[in-house]
Amino acid sequence: MLRAVPSLAEAARRVRPTTLAVDRTLPVLEALDGLLPDGLRRGITVGVSGSGARSVALALMARATGTGSWVVVVGDGDLGLAAAAEVGVALERLVVVDAPDREQWAPVVATFVGAVDLVLVSPGHRPSMGDVRRLAARCRERGSVLVHLSPGSTGVGRLVDDWPGRLDLRFSVDGAVWDGLHGGQGRLRSRRVEVSVAGRGLPTEGRRDTLLLPGPSGVPAHP
Amino acid sequence: MTPTAVRTLVVGCPDWPLVALGVVPDEPVLVLGAGRVVAATGPARAVGVARGQRRREAQFLCPEVQVLARDEGREARGFEAVVSALGTVTPWVEARRPGRCSFGVRGPVRLFGGESALVRHTAEVVDAAVARVGAGVSAGTAAGPGCRIGVADGAFAAGLAARSGGAAPEHSVIVPRGGSPAFLVPLPVEVLLPGGSTGGSTGLVDLLVRLGLTTLGAFAALPVADVLARFGTDGLDAHRLASGIDDRPVGHRPAPPDLAVSVAFDPPVDRIDRAAFAARSAAEALHERLSARGMACTRVVVEAETEHGQRVSRRWRDEGVLGPAAVADRVRWQLEGWLHGPPAVRPTSGITRLVLAPDEVVPASGRQLGFWGGVSAADERAGRACARVVGLMGPGSVRIPEWRGGRDPDDRVALVPFVEPLWEGGSGGSGGSGACPGRGGKPEVKPWPGALPGPSPAAVHFEPVAIDVVDAAGAPVGVDGRGGLSAPPDRLIVSRPPAGSRLAAAPGERVVAWAGPWPVDERWWDPLRRRRRVRLQVVTADGTALLVVLTDGRWTVAATYD
Repeated sequence: MLRAVPSLAEAARRVRPTTLAVDRTLPVLEALDGLLPDGLRRGITVGVSGSGARSVALALMARATGTGSWVVVVGDGDLGLAAAAEVGVALERLVVVDAPDREQWAPVVATFVGAVDLVLVSPGHRPSMGDVRRLAARCRERGSVLVHLSPGSTGVGRLVDDWPGRLDLRFSVDGAVWDGLHGGQGRLRSRRVEVSVAGRGLPTEGRRDTLLLPGPSGVPAHP
Repeated sequence: MTPTAVRTLVVGCPDWPLVALGVVPDEPVLVLGAGRVVAATGPARAVGVARGQRRREAQFLCPEVQVLARDEGREARGFEAVVSALGTVTPWVEARRPGRCSFGVRGPVRLFGGESALVRHTAEVVDAAVARVGAGVSAGTAAGPGCRIGVADGAFAAGLAARSGGAAPEHSVIVPRGGSPAFLVPLPVEVLLPGGSTGGSTGLVDLLVRLGLTTLGAFAALPVADVLARFGTDGLDAHRLASGIDDRPVGHRPAPPDLAVSVAFDPPVDRIDRAAFAARSAAEALHERLSARGMACTRVVVEAETEHGQRVSRRWRDEGVLGPAAVADRVRWQLEGWLHGPPAVRPTSGITRLVLAPDEVVPASGRQLGFWGGVSAADERAGRACARVVGLMGPGSVRIPEWRGGRDPDDRVALVPFVEPLWEGGSGGSGGSGACPGRGGKPEVKPWPGALPGPSPAAVHFEPVAIDVVDAAGAPVGVDGRGGLSAPPDRLIVSRPPAGSRLAAAPGERVVAWAGPWPVDERWWDPLRRRRRVRLQVVTADGTALLVVLTDGRWTVAATYD
């Protein structure tokens, strides 16, 4: 039996193509649920900085690669690929690109933004405001996530290279405490850290969570 | 009523990339295209070099082999001469790709009096043209391997007949009328692979082999309805090929004339790259125009006209549907042969007009993208972006991880250069050959005694930073022959500070916790590759964990637990 449709607008609403949540966000690991309860929104720019930045970046990309998204790393030759595999990154969908020259950096990154879901950049120089704005616009349009990694203050890292524009989300890590070493005995097992995230769409004070990053098996976990 | 196949003659020039480059066939030579071997001479093949191998594998098998880069422009130029020579046999030559063309035999067979006479005559024409190409490239090279000719009902069977036979005309295979199905029965299903110049896909062939259907005959014996239900339209097309019924996809028909796309050049174009660029967008326009009507084209006529009224028109087809990239390639091949050909055929002025006319169309069935496994749209996009960046930054700049296994974090995963996958075969993007060949994403489970226990460091330094490890008294810490530390480490001092390191400013980072030392002696049997070192995990006062390694008496920070 046919049911009456109240109005044309109602009918249009019913037959409108639905956008599934999975199309608007990239999934993240369970351990990050407290920080990003809805996953990583597509089309945004993300900054991760400070010590522990690479661990956060790997945690952000891990689930997405497992569900068919590709990740391209531009200009971070130091990223630990064994650690990436332990965190859960599917290595068959990871591409590592050498640091391009200054003038080639923007075209190379722009090629990947839109072609893959997540682009991790570590420019090594300060990109121009115009490039950054164009890349952010391209991300919004194509639904890719651009992650800016500035691992500056790790023990032997490089200069902190900053990002001229505004980033939609900023992650930072502090209060790192390693567990597992006792005066020449044991081995590094896990690190307890305070991860905080602030930015657009979040409460002004941001969100904080205590995580084991990495956890005992390499996968980020709740303590 | 089954449709009857068009009786077709296929001319194949084996190892065309070699012939076009003017290679002497009795030296070991291989031609490399997109990082893979595309052709090799007899001596190279005799030691195991085969198509599709990587350069490294081929050089391992045959170290003295000479490696040449593929020159598609030259191949197209050379073959254009062959195709135009065949114009004396029939005006209906259908070129497929450099090195392969076909035509229907119904007309010419009457003119030449029988199929064997036609084969003989064709072989003479082609061999003469090939010899001219060879002579044009380098004088005095021995004659090529000779062309292969096959005649059968349908171009698919004819192509296989050409491949299975020897040098024409003595060893050509002429499949008798109505004999195509019987001819195909014993052939392996691998001939349906895209490399074998058909529209079938790798996945389908793999599946058939796993199901135990190893010959075309076994596949053809399946009921059509079941094949369609299980394998979809791709499977149906492959089944029709295997049955030898008809190589044309179902429902082909001549195209209505208003679908042709024409491009005018003002000023006239005399450079191949500009013409090819325009051809690319014209091919896209043609594709859009066709798909708006739910059609795809299987045969296209490419016509170019110059300012002085000279024109060249060539009919191109391939098994399966011609995608925009495939059409653009064919335009480039044709113009390459014309604009850069011998002076006798070269046009006297620039091209003013280019027309792409679909000659034969089929209803577009679209392409079903992979659901599980196979190549997804995301994989294709990523592959194309990588290929573009390789073009921008040079080979080797884009790399993909490969799991190797090892004792240290830098050994476990190696980065290998990205090689452009061959998604777009001759049939314009049907089927796929895997996301990135040679990828090994599976972590190794074999034990590595002495391996550093996990979790692995998130930053493995490409250039390890040299440091001094000192004890509480300020004396350098060493390791004795039994793998024990001389004293507990107390501070890390950067001896040669890298630019911008924070450690440079500090007089030394205090060590708050450490573990080790873990000595490892690898490949002690090989003096060149021997690696002997002692590892130490250290946590400094600011909470950073480092992997510190002693090699040849020097300490370095090899990795950071970032």
